[in-house]
Amino acid sequence: MKLRLAGVHAGYDGREVVRAVSVEVPRGSWLAIVGPNGAGKSTVLKTMAGLLPSSGSVLIDEKVLSRKERARQVGYAPQDPVLPEGLTVTDYALLGRTPHLGPLARESAADLSIVEGVLDRLDLTELASRRLRTLSGGERQRTVLARVLVQQAGLLLLDEPTTGLDIGHAQAMLELIDRLRHEDGTTVVSTLHDLTFAAQYADHVLLLSAGEVVAAGTPAEVLTAQALERYYGAAADILTAGRGELVVAPVRPAPSAARPPR
Amino acid sequence: MPASVTRLRPVTVIIAVLALLVVLLLGTLIGAADLGWQRVLGEIFAEVTGGQSPLSAREAAIVWQLRVPRVLLAGLVGAALAMSGATFQGVFRNPLADPYLLGAAAGAGLAATIVVVVSPAAGGWVPPAAFAGALGGVALSWLLGRAGGGTGTATLLLAGVAVGSFLTAAQTFAQQLNTDTIRQVYTWMLGGLNVSGWREVLIAVPYIGVAGVILCVCARLLDVLSLGDAEAASLGVHPARVRLLVLAAASLATAAAVSVSGLIGFVGIVVPHVVRLLAGASYRVVIPLSLLGGAVFLIAADQVARTILPGELPLGVVTAFAGAPFFVAILRSSRGKVS
Repeated sequence: MKLRLAGVHAGYDGREVVRAVSVEVPRGSWLAIVGPNGAGKSTVLKTMAGLLPSSGSVLIDEKVLSRKERARQVGYAPQDPVLPEGLTVTDYALLGRTPHLGPLARESAADLSIVEGVLDRLDLTELASRRLRTLSGGERQRTVLARVLVQQAGLLLLDEPTTGLDIGHAQAMLELIDRLRHEDGTTVVSTLHDLTFAAQYADHVLLLSAGEVVAAGTPAEVLTAQALERYYGAAADILTAGRGELVVAPVRPAPSAARPPR
Repeated sequence: MPASVTRLRPVTVIIAVLALLVVLLLGTLIGAADLGWQRVLGEIFAEVTGGQSPLSAREAAIVWQLRVPRVLLAGLVGAALAMSGATFQGVFRNPLADPYLLGAAAGAGLAATIVVVVSPAAGGWVPPAAFAGALGGVALSWLLGRAGGGTGTATLLLAGVAVGSFLTAAQTFAQQLNTDTIRQVYTWMLGGLNVSGWREVLIAVPYIGVAGVILCVCARLLDVLSLGDAEAASLGVHPARVRLLVLAAASLATAAAVSVSGLIGFVGIVVPHVVRLLAGASYRVVIPLSLLGGAVFLIAADQVARTILPGELPLGVVTAFAGAPFFVAILRSSRGKVS
């Protein structure tokens, strides 16, 4: 799925949060939306998912989709997903089949085998009959991803998929998303607050500040020390690791140069 | 379906239906009038086969005109309150939600009080007034919740609390001005089925039946709603429309129940939770089993209410008196399953 936003304005209850966002996400690529707290990252993602009233155009493969079509082609995982405690992992993942069922239809054996396949890919088979409340943080995140994958959408919108995960689990999660993306040819858009992860996993980065796009391009183009200073008020160095990976490293300012955060 | 999927299993349904048949039969065989259960059984057998009944015509009338409709009505009211309670808990994602939450009880109470106060002899008008009052209370909460600007459930819940308090205050005021009718109002509020006949059954059946079908069909959507509005919408569901539909159905069933039985507490909270603990948390299990379990529970409670003492106990008292310890026992036996 190719995603294109042109001149999109969106917000909540008439209050505009993001303005004039235009971006193009080619099929099979990964776009990371970054920016300081409150810049409107989640708002842009929700707008892409069609969950907020917006003006301008959100086009998927150059088409405006109805709610039902969108539900089949766009998967969305919020930053703080609600996991109904008493459901099993399989019950929960099966809810991802909703857009493919009629209003009165029941899941068929085919739907169940799609779920089993996804659980297998995400190493969740052993947890299939576990209740959601018994899962650890990493297992919860993978379960949410399973629910989204079961939707079999060509475009995945993931709001902070590494929230609450330690560095190892976060890395494993992003590796998993990247592997699935390559295997399925899925397009991924995610917000990420960890800029090193954004630099290493995304093909393109969109930097938002105060609701507007202030930079877009490859990680190396967008994530510069100047941009971090200007939009985050952060002192950071952009380092290069062994195989050329970018690392965004916060560097404590010298005492004389210290100044209050903006 | 594999074990990892929470679904209604045939064996569970069979057990629930058998339990329902047992309490239906017991309720018909045993009552305040000492007819002897063997003789009632003989009457039922005679009615089915067309043979000779051991009961006199008057005794047969007690069975067919008093006991049977009363037992059926207890089942209907129990089913309505329990499935509505389960629905309210799902919509509001609140385990303490009950079918009276949105002003249904207060609206019905106010309307019934007004009828009693204005014309104490017009007892026949209490059920339709209570029905209208219950629906009016819910509608008022809904309108206020929308006027509050929110599309979510928190505003609606608060509107329900406000409407409930206001209508209850109005009801108390009307009652205090007319203390001579306090006993009649109080008796109605405590809940009971002692005036029921076939007429009440026929009034309640269509509303509760339609609501039951709607809620069972929408049970899967209640599971989707439990993900939150954003995710439900991303799965192609209209959260606000689903909420309106299921709340309307549940409120219709509740209003029908309240109009024929007064206010019977506890059923709407206890039964769905017992079902969740025993059979799983998916609404596809909780709604139909609450429907059956609520019927069983209230028929059994009404059996106690009308036979344990020479006089009749208020049904609402029995449900709370029997329900609370039962609930605690279930909670204790499934410790760790409730967080």
